[in-house]
Amino acid sequence: MQAASVATYHDVTGQAYVWSTVIKVLVVFVAVLVIVALLTLMERKVSAWMQDRLGPNRVGPGGLLQPAADGLKNILKEETNPAEANRVFFTLAPMLSITPAMLTFAVIPFASPLPIGRYGVVHMILADVPVGILFLLAFSSLGVYGIVIAGWASFNKYALLGGLRAGAQMISYEIALGLSLMSVFMVTGNVSLREVVWKQQQMHVWFAIPLAVSFFFFWISCFAETNRLPFDLPEAESELVTGYHTEYSAMKFSMFFIAEYAHVLTVSMLMATLFLGGWDIPGWQGDNMLGQVGNTWVGHAPSVLITLATFAMFAIKTFLFILIFMLVRWTVPRFRYDQVMDLGWKIMLPAALFAVVVTAAAVLALDSFGIPYGPWWALGLAAVNLPMLAVILWVMDRGHTLVGTGAPDEKRRLAREHARARAQSRRVAVGANPSPR
Amino acid sequence: MSINVKVMKRPAGKSSYVRATLKGMALTFRHMAKAAGDRSELTIQYPDQKKELSPRWRGTHVMEKHDDGRPKCVACGLCPTICPANCIKLVPGEDDQGNRYPIVYEIDEFRCIFCGMCQEVCPVEAIHVGNHYENAEYSRHDFVYDLDRLMAQTHPVTLLWDPSDPAGE
Repeated sequence: MQAASVATYHDVTGQAYVWSTVIKVLVVFVAVLVIVALLTLMERKVSAWMQDRLGPNRVGPGGLLQPAADGLKNILKEETNPAEANRVFFTLAPMLSITPAMLTFAVIPFASPLPIGRYGVVHMILADVPVGILFLLAFSSLGVYGIVIAGWASFNKYALLGGLRAGAQMISYEIALGLSLMSVFMVTGNVSLREVVWKQQQMHVWFAIPLAVSFFFFWISCFAETNRLPFDLPEAESELVTGYHTEYSAMKFSMFFIAEYAHVLTVSMLMATLFLGGWDIPGWQGDNMLGQVGNTWVGHAPSVLITLATFAMFAIKTFLFILIFMLVRWTVPRFRYDQVMDLGWKIMLPAALFAVVVTAAAVLALDSFGIPYGPWWALGLAAVNLPMLAVILWVMDRGHTLVGTGAPDEKRRLAREHARARAQSRRVAVGANPSPR
Repeated sequence: MSINVKVMKRPAGKSSYVRATLKGMALTFRHMAKAAGDRSELTIQYPDQKKELSPRWRGTHVMEKHDDGRPKCVACGLCPTICPANCIKLVPGEDDQGNRYPIVYEIDEFRCIFCGMCQEVCPVEAIHVGNHYENAEYSRHDFVYDLDRLMAQTHPVTLLWDPSDPAGE
């Protein structure tokens, strides 16, 4: 179980490294574009099923070619440019929104290392940068620029409001997002995503349980960051036409959509990597491998089969999160603006800060008691985190901040009481100077 | 909240956001699982499947004709008189045996309100409303059905009442 050093494996170098990277980039980029296209179909299908409909089923088998038809339609459609819009930024905005969404795939490891004969072992990650998560945070924050610029450059009041909301929302939730990642950093002691996966494998428990509070906050923040339904204020159809992309048509409009789905995909991959063990196969230790450290290979021996299996595992976890994204979108109504800000600043920020402090104390305590990093260590952390999550949920719930619409019978009872009180007060007033009757 | 919003006091159990959300998600998930794979029972796939019409459905008109192809219409003028939408145009003619026949008989299906009074009033059961509803056209003029077109309709005609129970008892 401990890291066995296998001398025969080493990372690819030189020309093999260049070629393997080029191939990886091409394959992943194409795959991501195809998956994003299919996600639009999946969203329509899933929403249809939830509403007891069938969804698109006319183009291709089971509607499978619907994204292609949509894309073709959007390319052939007329582009409209509002007369008062700032042409440069109006054109730039869709690009600015799609690029960061596409770039963030670069640092997510999507399978265990793949051995290719005598050349060595290729890591299944596009850019193995040591500052993985920081890169990710930087680029996902850039995504909001596209939306804000689109809102501003359209010269449209609804678009501007949408852009403003997007900006405010992103700033509010980025804080909680960053803070929830702090606990992950504290446990892994590193910001490389490959390292995060390795640490979860070493712990034998995925971070979702020992870092439950972080997981929960990260999840909520991700909904806010992707502008998906409980937080889709930037494009609130019922209030702002379609928000920041009101003035966009044809492929520019389509690019905002591609960016949104790419964002959903990234964020789902990220949650799978950070909190559900990435490509780790649960209950099996044979896939635990980190790679070449110095001159030794840390972890078990890689093989093509393990790479395929771990990739399938990663895809399943990502798919699970995407499905939940869609489930939430078609279930939960949009928050009011003040509720979004309340949740962000009054609950998430203090609670995330509190959680960071408590987790840090717990990590320190566990280390100073000399408990070895592993399942028992995870249990100690979970013993702190799970009750904390329960308390946070209790505070969030119960009408303390997020007030539901309330039970209708209760409303009716209150209305009745109110009416009775009013009638009573009038009767007294009439009794003071009696009528002839 | 700085704005003054009236807040009603509600019991915590009934205004719980998290519980309500989870409940809602369970509901949508159940529906999704039931309809997944396009198994929704509620949808009629319209161009492929069609809903069976009631025999009393009043749609596109049909002019009945004799075996030799002449219209049964005797140009009595009752249907243009009764028509509340004034959509029937009739120019009566008479042949040398003294039989009346329609020279022009046109129904504007666009103006028609499909009340079925023309069928009720017809003394020779010539004009009928029918069990048919797909009559989209590219221009308004195409909705004016002339005599030939009315006679060429093949769909079943409407039963304005159940033959076994004409009084509707």
